[in-house]
Amino acid sequence: MCDSFLQVDVVIPTQTKYLNLLGSIGERIAKELDNFTGDRAALAYQLNLVLTEATVNAIKHGCCENDLKNCVRVAIHLQNDELNIKVYDHGQGFDLEKVPLPDFDHPGESGMGLFLIRSVMDSVSYTKTKEHNVLEIIKYLN
Amino acid sequence: MNFNLEKINGYDVLTIQEERIDAHNSGELKETLLQLIEKGEHRIIVELGHVRFIDSSGLGALLSGNKHIALKSGKFVLVNIQHQVYSMFELTRLNRVFEIYTGLNEAFSNEG
Repeated sequence: MCDSFLQVDVVIPTQTKYLNLLGSIGERIAKELDNFTGDRAALAYQLNLVLTEATVNAIKHGCCENDLKNCVRVAIHLQNDELNIKVYDHGQGFDLEKVPLPDFDHPGESGMGLFLIRSVMDSVSYTKTKEHNVLEIIKYLN
Repeated sequence: MNFNLEKINGYDVLTIQEERIDAHNSGELKETLLQLIEKGEHRIIVELGHVRFIDSSGLGALLSGNKHIALKSGKFVLVNIQHQVYSMFELTRLNRVFEIYTGLNEAFSNEG
């Protein structure tokens, strides 16, 4: 494997039983990185978490009546020290800016997913186009 | 979701036999906890030693159990949380909400 380049594309049905598979891919990538000098166990957990939360989000917001599009595509791209994860869905989407922070004094049972993604990654954006929506997450590794 | 349920020292000890709690099985955990509480079990310890990954929905399921027990003035305790999993409690500040101990013995000795 080339040190500074990696591309993994996964397409799964919109079913939560595939979360483990995606999370495991994230963990394996963290463990295989050659030039990473930080806390590898923490990075493995974070990539597992981010892929899990982002995919759940796409399943939740991305359900579509068109069977052919009833899937989630996840593209993981590593170049130099930038790890870029794109999660595509074909649903109505949502407005990232309108997702509130969790209420830490009165925590709710849901609504923490995007907060967790933002906490462990460096950049999060959500783009809606005619063809699909993309949640793009970036982490700088060193 | 695989788990063991034992009665120890007056507590229902629910030992999670899964490495992962995520949106695929957290609903079952939430339901299991609610059924125990509805049956009148108001002293519950959740043993998380086998769990090496939890997501936001897993935290939500535990939070649900904690809230419902609090309404009955009961006791809801988490024990034996792995380091990376505990970091999720810290990130969401839920370590301030839950009663957390390193193991069953510590939980029993903090009877109150």
